[in-house]
Amino acid sequence: MNGSFFLAAEAAASSRDGFITSLMWLVPLLPFVSTIAIGFFGKKTKSGGSTIGIFAVGTAFVISLLGFIDLASGAHAVEKAWTWFQLGDPGGHGAESGGLVLQFGMNYDFLTGIMFVVVTGISLMVHIYSTGYMHDDSRYTWFFTALSLFTGSMLLLVIANNLMQALVGWEGVGVCSYFLIGHYWEEKENSSAAIKAFITTRIGDVGFLFGIFGLFIIGGTFNIPELNHLAEDGAIGGTTLMIAALLLFLGPVGKSAQFPLHVWLPDAMAGPTPVSALIHAATMVVAGIYLVARMLPVYEAAGAALDVVAIVAAITMLIAAGLAVIQDDIKRVLAYSTISQLGYMMAALGVGAYTAGIFHLFTHAVFKALLFLGAGSLIHAVHSNNMSDMGGLRKYMPHTYKTFMIGSLALAGIFPFAGFFSKDEILASSLHHAVDGSPAGWIVFVVGMLTAFLTALYVTRMVIKTFFGDFRGHGEPHESPGSMVTPLWILAIGSATVGLLGIPVIGVFQDWITLPGEEHHAFSFGYNIILPAVTMVLAGFAGWLGYLMFYKDRIKVDILGSPFAWAYRFLENKYYLDDIYMGGVIRPVQYPIARFTYWTNQHILDGVVNGVAAGTIAVADQTYDKLDQKGIDYLVNGAAGLTGVSGGLLKYIQSGNIQRYAAVLFAAVAIFVALLALT
Amino acid sequence: MSDFPFLDVAIFVPLGGAVLIGLIPKDRHDVIRWASLFVTLAAFAVTLGVLVNFETSSADFQLGSQAEWIKDWGISYSTGIDGISLFMVMLTSFLMPLCVLVSWRIETRVKPYFIFLLALETGMLGVFSALDMFLFYLFWEASLVPMYFLIGMWGYQNRLYAAMKFFLFTLVGSLLMLVAILFLYFAAGDPSFGYRELLGTPLALDTQRLLFLAFFASFAVKVPLVPLHTWLPDAHTEAPTAGSVMLAAVLLKMGAYGLIRFGIPLFPDAARELVPVIMGLAIVGIIYGALVAAMQKDLKRLIAYSSVAHLGFVVLGIFVGSLQGMSGGILQMVNHGLSTGALFMLVGMLYDRRHTRQIADFGGLGKSAPIIAGLFLFVALSSIGLPGLNGFVGEFLILVGTYVRYSWWVVPATFGVVLAAIYLLWAYQRVFQGPLTSEPNRTMPDINVREVIMLAPLLALIVFIGVYPKPFLDRINPSAEKVVRQLNDSSVIPQEGLAGEVP
Repeated sequence: MNGSFFLAAEAAASSRDGFITSLMWLVPLLPFVSTIAIGFFGKKTKSGGSTIGIFAVGTAFVISLLGFIDLASGAHAVEKAWTWFQLGDPGGHGAESGGLVLQFGMNYDFLTGIMFVVVTGISLMVHIYSTGYMHDDSRYTWFFTALSLFTGSMLLLVIANNLMQALVGWEGVGVCSYFLIGHYWEEKENSSAAIKAFITTRIGDVGFLFGIFGLFIIGGTFNIPELNHLAEDGAIGGTTLMIAALLLFLGPVGKSAQFPLHVWLPDAMAGPTPVSALIHAATMVVAGIYLVARMLPVYEAAGAALDVVAIVAAITMLIAAGLAVIQDDIKRVLAYSTISQLGYMMAALGVGAYTAGIFHLFTHAVFKALLFLGAGSLIHAVHSNNMSDMGGLRKYMPHTYKTFMIGSLALAGIFPFAGFFSKDEILASSLHHAVDGSPAGWIVFVVGMLTAFLTALYVTRMVIKTFFGDFRGHGEPHESPGSMVTPLWILAIGSATVGLLGIPVIGVFQDWITLPGEEHHAFSFGYNIILPAVTMVLAGFAGWLGYLMFYKDRIKVDILGSPFAWAYRFLENKYYLDDIYMGGVIRPVQYPIARFTYWTNQHILDGVVNGVAAGTIAVADQTYDKLDQKGIDYLVNGAAGLTGVSGGLLKYIQSGNIQRYAAVLFAAVAIFVALLALT
Repeated sequence: MSDFPFLDVAIFVPLGGAVLIGLIPKDRHDVIRWASLFVTLAAFAVTLGVLVNFETSSADFQLGSQAEWIKDWGISYSTGIDGISLFMVMLTSFLMPLCVLVSWRIETRVKPYFIFLLALETGMLGVFSALDMFLFYLFWEASLVPMYFLIGMWGYQNRLYAAMKFFLFTLVGSLLMLVAILFLYFAAGDPSFGYRELLGTPLALDTQRLLFLAFFASFAVKVPLVPLHTWLPDAHTEAPTAGSVMLAAVLLKMGAYGLIRFGIPLFPDAARELVPVIMGLAIVGIIYGALVAAMQKDLKRLIAYSSVAHLGFVVLGIFVGSLQGMSGGILQMVNHGLSTGALFMLVGMLYDRRHTRQIADFGGLGKSAPIIAGLFLFVALSSIGLPGLNGFVGEFLILVGTYVRYSWWVVPATFGVVLAAIYLLWAYQRVFQGPLTSEPNRTMPDINVREVIMLAPLLALIVFIGVYPKPFLDRINPSAEKVVRQLNDSSVIPQEGLAGEVP
C-alpha cells in the first residue's frame, strides 16, 4: 500500500485538473442530507436511522479517499466559492465602504484531504461501533441524527475557504458537542457538563470572532488563502496583526482544550463513549489545531503570536499529562491524555513545524479513537468507568485487550507504532528550532520530553489497572459484540501502520502536507537516530517505574504522608483551576452581580415607577372626579360619545380600579382631541 | 396587477373583518375563530402581493397611495413602504394567523377578543405604512388600545396592574411625540403632516435636540431601552400568549422602526450627537437584560427580559452608523420577532398544560414531551445566535458593523451573546432535563396538530433566514444605506472613529 502512494506522490510534480477533487463539496453535503433523512424518517426505518448515517458517512469516506488519491496522483488543489450574501457595493470589498461579501466556498488541498479522510474514517468507525454500544438507548435515532450533523459541520469547517464559513462549522460542531455530551440528560451532572462545554468554548469563540473582525479590517477579506498570501507578501503585519492573530487563537484555545480553557473536556466525558472517541478525541478538538495550521502563514507574520501559541501548548501538554496520572475514571485518563496530545500538536505549530503537527493530528486521531472505543468496550462490560472496578480483563476480553495494547503502545510512542513517528517529528522539529536559537523551541523540546515520560507512565498505569491483576468489579464481564470489536481491529491496524507514512526520508506524508517555504531537515544521525533512542529509553524507564508503582506497589503514591502527597493533592484538585473559575468568575457573576442588577431592577427602577403610578392615580382620581366628570365631558361633545361607547366595553372589566384607569385614558384622548381642535 | 393597492387593502382587511365579526352572534365561538383565521389569512395573502410587487433595488417608498384627507390642516392619507418597513409589514401579517391559532382555546368573551386582535393588526400595519405624521400617530395610538384590552381582559393574575403600567408608559411617551409632531407641523414652511414634506425641514440644533428627545422618549419606551423597560416584563408575562407574541414580535419593533424612520431622518444632527449615549444605553440593555433574565424564576418573564437584551442589539446596530449594523439591526428585528414569538408560543403551550410558568415546577419534560422540548431547544439556539439559524446573521452583522466603527465597544456587546447562551440553556436544563419528578409533568401531553401548524411556519423561516438571508438583505440594504448616510452625513463624528484605524 505504501508503495503505490509513494509513486502517486512522485507524480504530483505534473499537475492537472482533477475530476473527483472538483466534487469534494459532496463530502460535507452527504452527512447533512443524512441528518435531515434520519431526523424525519429515522424512526420509521428498521435500523432506527443508523444505516442511513452509515451509508452517508461511508460514501463520504470513499469519496474522501478517492479525492485524496486524485490529489496524490497529481490533481490540482481546488478553490471555489459562491456568494452567500453581500451588503453594499460588490466592488467595495473592504470594511470601510460598509460593504461585506460572505461566501460559501470549498478549498480542497492536501490538508483538507487528510482531514476529510480522518473525519469521515473515524466517524464511520464510530457509527458502526455505536450500533452496538447504543443499542438499547431510548434516544437511538436522535443520537445518529446528531452524529450526522456533527460530521457534516466538521467537514464544512474543514472545507471552508473563508473564516466565516469556518465559524459556521465551528459553532455547528460546538452545538453538536453540547447535544451529545448531554445525551444522558436525565442526570443533572451530564446536562451541566454539556452547558459547561458549550459556554467555555463560547468564551473562546468571542475572541475568535474578534480575531475574524480584526483580520477582516486589516486584510479586507475573510478569505483564508488570500489572508495567507497577504501575510506571506508582508502586506499585513505588525502589532495589529499580532493582536488579531492572538484573539483568533482564543477560539482554538477553547475548542482544542488548551490551557486555561481546557477545563471543559474532562467533564465532557459525561457523554456516551463513542461520542468521546469521535468528538472529544479525534475530530472536533482538533478543529483548533486545524485552524491554526490553516492560518500558519498569518501566525508566522504575526510577530510573537506564534511563540505564545508554543508556550500555551507546552503548559497544556505538561499539566494535562500530570493530571492523567492520578485519574481513576478511565475516560478521564484518556481525556487528559487528549488535552496533552493536543498540546503536542499545537506546540508543533508553535515552532513552525507544520508537517509534524498535522502528522501527529493524523496518527493521534487513529490511536486515540481506538483507545476511547476500547475504553467503551470495557465500560460496556463492567458497567463502570472506574478502573478500580476493572482489573484482570485481559482474560475476559481478548480482542479489546489486544487492540487496546496496540493503541497504548502508539500513545506511549513506542517504536514502530504510529505515535512514535509523529511525536518524534515534533520533538526533533522543536529541537531544531531550539538549536536555531529559539527560546520557545527549547521550552517545547524540554517540556515535550518530560511529557513523553509522563505519557508512558500514565499509559502503563492505565493498562495495569484495567487488564492485569485480579478483576475487582461485579459479575462476569464479557467481550463486546462484533459490531464493536470490528472497528477496534480496523483502528488497531491503523494505529500500528499509519506511522510508517511519515518515516523520515522515505515516508510520503511530508510530501503531501507541506507549507510552501517550510524547510524539511535532511536526515541526520543526531535527530533521527539518537533522539528517538533517548525517548525510547525515557519511555522504557517510565514503564518500569509505572510497573513498580502500580503493579508491584513498591512505591506508594496515593496515600497521605508519602513524599508525593502534596503533589497528589495538587493534581487531585486539578491545580485548583475549576475552583478559581467558580470562585473567581462564575459565582460573583451569578450571585452578587446578577442579584444586584435584579434587585436594582425590582426596587429602584420599579419602585420609582410604582411611586409615580401611585401619584398619577391620585391625580387621576381627582382628574376623573373634578375635571372629567364635571369639565371636559361637556366641553368636547365627541368625547362624551366616546365615553358612552367605552362604557359598553368596560363592563367586561370587573375591577373598579381599572374603570377609573380607563376613564383616565379616555380623558386623555379627549384632551388630545381638544388640543388638536384648538391648534 | 401592480396597480392594485395591495398595501392599503392589507391595512384595512383586518379592520373590515373585525366589523364583520361584530355581526356574528357572540356565542358562535367556532364561527368567530374560523372567520378570524380567514380574515388574517386574507390579509397575509394581500401582503404577499406587496412582497411580490416590491422593487428590490429601490430605496424609495413604494406601493402606497396618497389622498387628501383634511386639507385645511395639511393632513393627508399617505402610505408607502420601503426596505425598512417591508419586512415589518410582512412579519405582522405572517404572525397574525398564527396568533389566531394560538388563541384557539380562548373560551371567555371570544368575540371581543378576536375583534381586538384584528383591530390591533390594522393598527400595526398602519404604523409601518403611514407616511403622514398624523396618520402615523393615529395608528400608533390605535395599536395601543387593543393591546391594552387584550392584556387587561384576557391576561393572567396580575393583568390589571400590567395593562395599566403598559398603557401609562407608552402613553407618556406618545404624548411627548405628539407635541413634537405638532411643533414640526408648525415649523415646516408650508404646514403639513406629510413625512416626505417634513424631511429636511431646517431646524436649529437646539430645536432638533428637543424634538429628537421627544420622539426618542416615545420610541425608547416602546423598544424598550433600559431604564424605561420595566413595563415590559409585566406586560409580557401577564398578557395572553397571542398578546405576548404580538408585543414582542411587532409592538417592540414599532419603537425601533420609529427610530429608523423618524428619529434619524428628521433630526439627523441631534441623532448623530446622541449616538454615544444611545449606544451606551443599548449596550447596558444587552448586558442588563441578560443578567436579569438569568435570575428569573418565571419562564415567561425570563423570555421577556431576553427581549430587552435582544432589542439592545437592534438599537446598537441602528446607531453605529455602518451599513452592516443598520441592515443587521433591521434583519434582527425580524429575527427576534420569529424566535421570541416562537418561544412565547412554546411557553404558552406549557402553561396550557401545567397552569404554571414557574421554572421550578417543571423538570424532565424532555421525557414526557420530547417534541416540545426539541422545538424549544431549537428556537432557543436560534435566539442564542447559532450559525445556520436566523439569529446568527443579524447578530453577526451588528457586531461586525459595530467593530468597524468603534472597535472595542463591541466587547461588552459580545459578552451578551455568551450570557444569552447561559440563561437560555440553563432554563432549558431546568425545564426539560433532569428526572421527571412530579405526576403532572410525567403525564404532560406532547404537541398537538394545531400547535404544529402554528409553530411550523416560524421554524421554517428561522431556518430559511439562517441559511439564505440574501433575499431579505437585498431588499433591506438600499433603504438602510440611505438612513446610514443621513446619520453619517456630516463631520460631527470625528474621522478617527472610522474604520481602518484599529489601535
